[in-house]
Amino acid sequence: MPSDTSALNTALSLILGFDPALMEIVALSLRVSLAAVLMAAVIGLPLGAALALWRFPGRSVLVVALNALMGLPPVVAGLCVYLLLSRAGPLGELGLLFTPTAMMVAQLVLVLPIIAALARQQVEELHQEYREQLTSLGLSRLRMIPTLLWDARLGLVTVILAGFGRASAEVGAVMIVGGNIDGVTRMMTTAIVLETSKGNLALALGLGIVLLGLVALVNAAAYVVGETARRRLG
Amino acid sequence: MQHKARIALTAAGLMGLSMAAQAQDGESYITLASTTSTENSGLFGAIIPQFTDKTGIEVRVVAVGTGQAFEIARRGDADSLLVHDTAGEETFVEEGYGTERANVMYNDFVLIGPDGDPAGIADADTVAEAMQLIAESGAPFASRGDDSGTNRAELRLWDAANVEAEGDWYRELGSGMGPTLNTAAGMDAYVMSDRATWVAFDNPQNLELLFEGDDALFNQYGSILISEEEHPHLKHDLAEQWHQWLLSDEGQQAIGEFEVKGQQLFFPNAD
Amino acid sequence: MNDMTTHIMTDTPPLSLEGVTFTHRGQRLLGPVDLRLTGCRRTLVMGPNGSGKSLMMRLAHGLLAPTRGEVCWEGRTPRQAMVFQRPVLLKRSALANLVYALAVNGTPRRRRKAHAREALERFGLGPLERRPARVLSGGEQQRLALARAWLLEPEVLFLDEPTSALDPAAILAVERSVQEFHAGGTRILMSSHDLNQARRLADEVLFLNAGRLIEHTDAATFFTAPASREARAFIRGELVL
Repeated sequence: MPSDTSALNTALSLILGFDPALMEIVALSLRVSLAAVLMAAVIGLPLGAALALWRFPGRSVLVVALNALMGLPPVVAGLCVYLLLSRAGPLGELGLLFTPTAMMVAQLVLVLPIIAALARQQVEELHQEYREQLTSLGLSRLRMIPTLLWDARLGLVTVILAGFGRASAEVGAVMIVGGNIDGVTRMMTTAIVLETSKGNLALALGLGIVLLGLVALVNAAAYVVGETARRRLG
Repeated sequence: MQHKARIALTAAGLMGLSMAAQAQDGESYITLASTTSTENSGLFGAIIPQFTDKTGIEVRVVAVGTGQAFEIARRGDADSLLVHDTAGEETFVEEGYGTERANVMYNDFVLIGPDGDPAGIADADTVAEAMQLIAESGAPFASRGDDSGTNRAELRLWDAANVEAEGDWYRELGSGMGPTLNTAAGMDAYVMSDRATWVAFDNPQNLELLFEGDDALFNQYGSILISEEEHPHLKHDLAEQWHQWLLSDEGQQAIGEFEVKGQQLFFPNAD
Repeated sequence: MNDMTTHIMTDTPPLSLEGVTFTHRGQRLLGPVDLRLTGCRRTLVMGPNGSGKSLMMRLAHGLLAPTRGEVCWEGRTPRQAMVFQRPVLLKRSALANLVYALAVNGTPRRRRKAHAREALERFGLGPLERRPARVLSGGEQQRLALARAWLLEPEVLFLDEPTSALDPAAILAVERSVQEFHAGGTRILMSSHDLNQARRLADEVLFLNAGRLIEHTDAATFFTAPASREARAFIRGELVL
């Protein structure tokens, strides 16, 4: 295939040329995925912490369900969000289908279980260690949550990165709820699918390389921050 | 330090809200459910800007298989519909989901196969004969298998040729036109494609156009206005402007002028 | 109330354990224990490993709820703090660990840092304030835990084997701190299996064996004329069964 050799060239010329269409796609991908991951963190971290701290009937069912949802096929998530946001669906009034917001919601559905389930594990471990001391200081379980989340922060950064990885690599869900509309909901991954279907393999692979580079960049930044903190905090 | 965490939480919340808010801005646009062939060939990229320049209305294309396009429109998720399955389109109108259907343009389907043409379809007189030859030779045939307009047309052609589309040689892929061409190229299979996607397709490898020109391969595209009664929330006024523009001299001319690699891909035929 | 030496707390409410029993998976690990602690004495909880010392401390401090029986403070619940065998410090600097404890007990934000620094100085940790708490040596960590307890101005201080993992210099520092707490009017309840430490510190001794409270006597009596066979064996350094 000639595309193998030209893919790297295509990727390089796309990046170095600051191709405006590409920049738009990259910006949208980052915006949607970052927003989804942030929302998932805001909801998922306290949720995971609460699951780690409280014992109640049905808790183990919830934990298993959350762990299972980590493997939720993106297409299924996309379909559920589609049915929810479709005009004929319960939230159709909002008119969110085929918008970046819809894609963010779909990614949120995919990322939330990952962040909540992994955060539960991390917080539960730390809670084992801290429980007596924090109880001795007079903290209620509710007030322990911010402390535990903050002290588990190094591990939680990895958890959030895992969520970001899932969000940014995902294509099935955003394709269904976003519609891959040029200039509106076209993301890195859906553009790759489109270019592949047009037989434009070099461009598709080039976009893939750009996406990989972006994810690597985010991970590298998080790694550097994490290592610095680890060295500082021991 | 928890102070910082609180600030981060607030920022995250605001970011989420701003994402949600963006969908609310009231730009003038319609959502058009259409097929991959029209989008992937670049037709919309060529004609929509002309329409937008004239009317200020943006057209957002969701390009899916014809079956899914009907479903999107039926659920009220698209303002307008442009597909290529005349029988299905008429049913859609009869069911009350559409109020008006009009011919917009046509192109044709072509039969593609490996350059050696093991089934010898290039010399066939009719498409029915060509398809019988493929079935008899046992050479692999890649079918979309996705209930798209092309898929529906292909199944009608097998019927007309009196061939049971079954067996090892008949491979249902459940994919769009592009992925099906990619797969066919990979396994040296015969495949039926709309001309537009084939001409615009960049990864043919050993595939060649082997049979074309039978009237039975005619591929009609139609535009449908969606029922206001069924879906009162849709932008019917804007959709009507788009529909009328497609049928107008100006729209028809724009379609006729669109070329890929020097070839005209769609032929306007509004009544 | 920062200077504890001038503030003698005479009204610390008595603590009583009535029929306190703790069972886990059907096995009785402690009790029934009946006892009453008053005044500002230094009470050493002694006994062999597994005798229930830590368990009793935790029940008394309220970290665990008894399966049967009652732990009650007569009149009101006093301010308490606990120092553990292995100090639990948060993943922050030494100073931030202390500021955190002050935030939890409701000290106004503007006073926290100065107050925390004062505690660090007092426990000889001043130069280490910016060091991550978890990379400090064992002795430093235990002193930081004591500094944290000191900031809480406890009327009752629980110490669960606070020196068992420390070298002699660090043990001395901890024991001095305990004496200072006591001099400031804090009731001390400390577990230890080190007889010499008990001789240095104790006003009275609670002797536990196999989950039962065997003796509750003045230190002088305990060391010179223990009433029970088990305590006599323990003091002689024999294995007690």
